[in-house]
Amino acid sequence: MFHEPASQGGKDPAAPYKTRLGLWMFLVYALIYVGFVAINITAPVLMEAEIIFGLNLAVTYGFFLIVFALVLALVYTRLCSSKEAELNETDKGKDA
Amino acid sequence: MAILIFLAFVGFVLGLSFYYGSKTKSASGYYAAGGQIHWGVNGIAFAGDYLSAASFLGICGMIAVAGYDGFLYSIGYLAGWIVALFVVAEPMKRLGKYTFTDAVDSKFNSRGIKLMAAISTLIVSLCYLIPQMVGAGVLVEPLLGMPHAAGVIMVGTVVIIIVATAGMTSTTYVQFLKGGLLIVFSLVITIAVLVRGFSTKPDQGGKVPFHEYATLAADVKDGKLAPSDAAWSVVESKAIKNHTFVKLAKDGKESWWMEEEKDGKKVFEEIQWESLKAGEAKVVNGESGGKLRQVGNLVSIAGDSAPEAKTGSVGPFEFLAKIGDKKTTVLQWKLEKFKDASGADVTVHYPYTTAGSKLMRPGVKFKVEGTILERIDFVSLMLALFLGTASLPHILIRYYTVPSPAAARKSTIVAIAAIGFFYILTLYMGLGAMTHGVVNPLDNNMSAPLLARSFGTVLFAVISAIAFATVLGTVAGLIVASSGAVAHDLMDRYMKIKMDENQKVKAGRIAAVVVGILAIILGIIFKGQNVSFLVGLAFAVAASANLPAVVMLLFWKRTTAKGIAASIAVGVVSSLVLIAMSPSIFKQFGLDPANAPIPFDNPGIVSIPLSFLTLVIVSLMTERKLAEGVTE
Repeated sequence: MFHEPASQGGKDPAAPYKTRLGLWMFLVYALIYVGFVAINITAPVLMEAEIIFGLNLAVTYGFFLIVFALVLALVYTRLCSSKEAELNETDKGKDA
Repeated sequence: MAILIFLAFVGFVLGLSFYYGSKTKSASGYYAAGGQIHWGVNGIAFAGDYLSAASFLGICGMIAVAGYDGFLYSIGYLAGWIVALFVVAEPMKRLGKYTFTDAVDSKFNSRGIKLMAAISTLIVSLCYLIPQMVGAGVLVEPLLGMPHAAGVIMVGTVVIIIVATAGMTSTTYVQFLKGGLLIVFSLVITIAVLVRGFSTKPDQGGKVPFHEYATLAADVKDGKLAPSDAAWSVVESKAIKNHTFVKLAKDGKESWWMEEEKDGKKVFEEIQWESLKAGEAKVVNGESGGKLRQVGNLVSIAGDSAPEAKTGSVGPFEFLAKIGDKKTTVLQWKLEKFKDASGADVTVHYPYTTAGSKLMRPGVKFKVEGTILERIDFVSLMLALFLGTASLPHILIRYYTVPSPAAARKSTIVAIAAIGFFYILTLYMGLGAMTHGVVNPLDNNMSAPLLARSFGTVLFAVISAIAFATVLGTVAGLIVASSGAVAHDLMDRYMKIKMDENQKVKAGRIAAVVVGILAIILGIIFKGQNVSFLVGLAFAVAASANLPAVVMLLFWKRTTAKGIAASIAVGVVSSLVLIAMSPSIFKQFGLDPANAPIPFDNPGIVSIPLSFLTLVIVSLMTERKLAEGVTE
């Protein structure tokens, strides 16, 4: 019991798809995050510029990074779930 | 009343732990809750784990004194979940192991990896435990009137009891409960701040009258500045940096003032001060055993300043826009320490104004407009925050508490939503504290609970109890991860000590007690340091030690066991050495930060690439040896 996995995951035909998707989404987010850091060290005063609802670029960009993380996460799980359902159906079809 | 609510809440949390603890029989139950926790519960528990003392106390505290720079931690911590979800979560879950060590060792069964990974888990957990314990000490001071060390010992003892008797199942439900409550009550504080709005003379809802700091007119007499009023006399003066602090006397009573220039005329401005002579009670603002006044207020609200400007209730965007307005100015406080002519240790706390527009962008704490090294320090911090989340052992272990990779994914999304929402609230709570006159000039960590106190004792007691439970929960999770590293990875797997199921759980509990005691000692040593800053360092150690091993194991087929073991070793050692030689640690231990051999505080930018590089080089070297027939 001590050395066994916490729970056994079954065969996951969607694994390569999910890994690829995850890496791409990570890359997209990382680029936007790098953009935030880059503006801060190269043109910090730009962060004072008003963007929307009286909020400056720093606050707007910061909020965007938080909200965008959630949006990407939702898209990711939606795509992963569809792919899992699709490939599991195919697997069942093959078994039949 | 406050203490009763506090104790009732903490008692409830402990009762819950014991209830679930009595159900825990097997090792899988102790370490990973049997892999059967619902993903929704697990997601909020993730949030509960993650929203530690650092998030609530440290970030709000840092925002209260450094504005947007504190919010950078919120952004970085949340962004780190992207790495956890997109890169690490599912592959780790597919490996199906209990601990970080088991996961990175799953392909190799190498004793070297077992040893290094277990040590890394221990060290990272200890680094992360320090800020939690500091937070515990900070919390009990105003609430229970206990000294810092008593709070640290209390938390340590309670958590050791929880973990040594219960295990992970209890902490999952406790984390769920307090994670949820923390977010709900943070929202309550935020709404209360918005409803109260801004005033240039905040009085904590009428509870604490706004203190008007006095100004004395001054003239030059005999070549020296002295009060115009002859009732006052100059005792001594002390010039530090660009300021001159002057001890004045009137009717035999002495007090410290600061030379200033107002409307082209020299004046003395009242400041706050503490004076401690050997063998005597501390004198604060002229009172023996007195307390410093809480500080922080707007001087001008978007250009409106006199005599008392008020806004009434404001909307969430208006709140941020008002502070960030180019015509808004905020009164903040700094301190200087020196010895006076009588040999007393004096600390003066003096005000200065900062433009709201500057506080609402990076640059106050992190010198993004400074030297190249100062900018590198900022980049290094943001890198460690981004990569640290996915490397924390007590977060990794939670991936094993749900039944499937899909459930792990859903848990993470619930966690991102909850944590992201909470982090947005930290900006309101921190700025609320900064502008509502509730910041403790000695320790900004208590800003959010003190802000809650300005809205009533009940809210203060509830939020303090939640923060205390936050500390309990996070510390419990960390100690479980550490005890797993010792009992499971080191004793059972590395040393191959023969133990039956009961002995293994017992070994885990003994390890929990030892780690808990170590955490108590470190929590006392690091008193006064901002807890979020300390967590930033723990993230850097975690990212340097664990991330290269996890990522390369998952995505680079040529990774070898020796490569992983070497990268973990280099990551741990390099990050710890860089931290130990950094300016902040020099300052913490009373040394001159200017003499620190490493010119920046955050080690990630050096130690993370170094750890990756080590893994690649050692893997390539050992891979060749393997190909040549040398067994590993």
